[in-house]
Amino acid sequence: MVFLLALHAVVAVVAAAAGRRLGRHAFWLCAVAPGATLAWIAARAARVLDDRPLVEGIRWVPDMGLGLDLRMDGFSLLMAGLVSGVGVLILLYSRSYFTDEAAVGRFAGTLTAFAGAMLGLVLADNLLVLYVFWELTSITSYLLIGFEDKKGSARAAALQALLVTGAGGLAMLGGFVLVGQAAGTYSLSAVVADPPSGPTVSVGLALVLLGALTKSAQVPFHSWLPGAMAAPTPVSAYLHSATMVKAGVYLIARLAPAFAADVGYWRPVVITVGLTTMLLGGYRALRQHDLKLLLAHGTVSQLGLMVLLVGAGRPGLTFAGAALILSHGLFKAALFLVVGIIDHEAHTRDLRVLTGLARRMPVTFAVAALAAASMAGLPPLLGFVAKEAIYDTMLHAGSGVGDAVALAGVVVGSALTLAYGARFLWGGFATKGTATWRDPVGPEVAVPSRRFVAPAAVLAVLTVALGAVPAPASAVVESAASSLDPAIGGLHLSLWHGFTAALSLSVVTVAAGTVLFLGRARVERLQARLPRMPSAANTYQASLTSVNRVAARTTGIVQNGSLPTYIAVILLTVLALPGLALIRVRDLPSSGMELAESPLQVAVAAVVIAAAAGAAYARRRFAAVLFLGGVGYGVAVLFLIQGAPDLALTQLLVETLALVIFVLVLRHLPERFEPAPWRFRERARWVLSAGVGLFVAAFVLVAGNSRTAPPVSQEYVERALPEGGGRNVVNVILTDFRGLDTLGEITVLTVAALGIAGLVLAGRRREEEA
Amino acid sequence: MTSPRPAPSGAGPRPRPEGRPARPSRGHPAQEPSLILETCVAGLFHTVLLFSLFLLFAGHNRAGGGFVGGLVAGAAFVLRYVQGGGGEVKGATPISPMALMGGGLTLAVATGAASWLVGGQFLESGKVEMDVPLFGTVKATSALAFDVGVYLVVVGLVVGVLTTLGDEGQERMSGEEQA
Repeated sequence: MVFLLALHAVVAVVAAAAGRRLGRHAFWLCAVAPGATLAWIAARAARVLDDRPLVEGIRWVPDMGLGLDLRMDGFSLLMAGLVSGVGVLILLYSRSYFTDEAAVGRFAGTLTAFAGAMLGLVLADNLLVLYVFWELTSITSYLLIGFEDKKGSARAAALQALLVTGAGGLAMLGGFVLVGQAAGTYSLSAVVADPPSGPTVSVGLALVLLGALTKSAQVPFHSWLPGAMAAPTPVSAYLHSATMVKAGVYLIARLAPAFAADVGYWRPVVITVGLTTMLLGGYRALRQHDLKLLLAHGTVSQLGLMVLLVGAGRPGLTFAGAALILSHGLFKAALFLVVGIIDHEAHTRDLRVLTGLARRMPVTFAVAALAAASMAGLPPLLGFVAKEAIYDTMLHAGSGVGDAVALAGVVVGSALTLAYGARFLWGGFATKGTATWRDPVGPEVAVPSRRFVAPAAVLAVLTVALGAVPAPASAVVESAASSLDPAIGGLHLSLWHGFTAALSLSVVTVAAGTVLFLGRARVERLQARLPRMPSAANTYQASLTSVNRVAARTTGIVQNGSLPTYIAVILLTVLALPGLALIRVRDLPSSGMELAESPLQVAVAAVVIAAAAGAAYARRRFAAVLFLGGVGYGVAVLFLIQGAPDLALTQLLVETLALVIFVLVLRHLPERFEPAPWRFRERARWVLSAGVGLFVAAFVLVAGNSRTAPPVSQEYVERALPEGGGRNVVNVILTDFRGLDTLGEITVLTVAALGIAGLVLAGRRREEEA
Repeated sequence: MTSPRPAPSGAGPRPRPEGRPARPSRGHPAQEPSLILETCVAGLFHTVLLFSLFLLFAGHNRAGGGFVGGLVAGAAFVLRYVQGGGGEVKGATPISPMALMGGGLTLAVATGAASWLVGGQFLESGKVEMDVPLFGTVKATSALAFDVGVYLVVVGLVVGVLTTLGDEGQERMSGEEQA
């Protein structure tokens, strides 16, 4: 499995790098990665379906339980199969969708990287590894949604998707840490097998749930998904059918069986959010004129249904949810691909303009009809089989008020689904009276090539085949469901249940949906008259603006650009925190204090003090710098007297270089210090400086005499030669014992130098522009 | 810097806010080249550099080390700067300061990571002793390679500061002269 992830990464990089030379052939190359994955999965499917999960891992930091732990059980098999299978088809489709532009390689590479991240997400068995792949899908999807980077709308949509899912992802990371710490392990399978409990876990799960709901575009975070339609259609087809948005559903499905019953808020939240999302998405889909947006809102609706099913944590519903994940992956990908074909050939997606395409492209129409019928839940398609499973299990789930409401909601939502599915077909392909539209698009549209339609056709055929003969799909779904919740048993997918209550619900759904579609003109008028719900997109905009405003104000206050203020804040903090702690130390050192060990020290100290005073009194900057240098050299001499030649040498050199740099900078400053604007400020500076000086002196005295443990220097001196292989203890400490510190310090030096160079160059450029 | 050393001129580097002309002896490096200074620096430069190398290699057993060595080498470049300004410093280093720092940092990290190859912890030091003709037995520790990295970073820092902060004034001045 690690090999497959690495393959995705390598292929992605090669495709992106060689994109210019390969052109559209890059898609062939990229299809190798998901193709190999699909073959690999197929070869091991029998074993996994037999309930023997595959486990693989690379240890990294075993002490912290960190490692690239991968695990493929039934549910991961279902997800990975969808990710890779749909991935191959999307890549082949993209070959016909795009022309040979320079950016095609970049696109193919990013899409492959996304597929790899998604594959890692559904295989990860470690919560933190899962988080990493989760964020990788966010980042790569950002690049994919904003692929047409010259369009402002595409960039904005990409940013919104990134911010919403990224914020949710951060919350989720916090949740993972809380849950992982409470469980004592970060292994997903172990956490689920032996779920921890307590208030910490409740809070952690709430955060995880937040992340999952944002990723799966649930109300009120759903607005990024319709916005993401700014992406090229292959991206929409991939992200919103089988992958990205299913990530949240995947995680909820993993956690629900373990936590839904014990964590009080879980079921009400998940069911309310799922139901609201399903109904709102379906309602909005009926209003759209853009075929792609229609599908986007329909996707939101279906995701709501999935969250409701897998989130309830009831065995039967989980089973039905797994069936829906499979059927949705197939029909929704096919529908998006059809939209792409229409857009590509007719150059519009507006259903008010399109007309007569069914006659113009009959194969595409057949594919669309099959997929839409599957979405609507018509027999004998996979969607019908899944819908029957949903109704059947919901009828048997329970008899409480909540269950009844949920069932009624799902029936209404399904009727909406049928209505917008029909609206999609009618809008895209029907021959319409075009009296109201001056410029109908239809008869002159080019016929798509076979190669272009083939991927969608494969999906449609699968939908039919798996519906008519549900045994293979049933095996996969059963295995997926039982790997989520071992309590599931004896459930199968089948086309014909007999005359059951579920069938009558299906009949009701079809009837209601048909009525909704036939009365579409009235429905549209009614929708236009109803007050609009507060738009989540506006909320997003408003919060973005207010965050920016608060940030600007905070920066204005905290970073006002006055160096004296910055230094005053730092020094005040020194006085306030360690200073107060020092006052609480009652027993001042009594013994072991000497004024000086040699007269030389006294003399040098006097020079240092005089120089310091000179620096404070000097009115010219240059003089102050020289005095400061005097202080530094004096301290170097003190080091030398104490017998620390290394330290003295370093101090001497640093002082010299500092002096030179000061001189370099001084040329740009006024010759004299400006007097403080107010007398009060001048006095305040004196008081603060004196206070800090006194504090530091007292602190050194107290700290030096408060030692309780033996000094480390003794040990270092003993270990220097045998272990470090050097007689210069200072050097051995720097390069060996505390080598990591030194590494950090030189890194800081490098960063600082980069910063200086950047600032100076930026300032110079601004001057040149001015 | 692309332009050669600016021609000697009595004008100050920049109009003072107080409106006073600057005195020419403000430590500005790009004054009229002095023959004595040039000769002294030419002799000193390599000596100081050599000394810095000595400090670097002797550091493990005697006073010195990568940091001190780097500072001394930096001082050598300060001498060049005093003699001829930022252009002179740039001419004295074929490698750009950023490359020096990046290379030093890479070397230090690589030294630390190298001990993984022999199964040790990050930055665990190792020793090699070998007989080299003319030098006799040479003992080298991995700490030395690490120290060389530190040395390069410090030299790069000093040269970088001299060329960026120092150049600015000169360019500005030459710009003013052209104007």
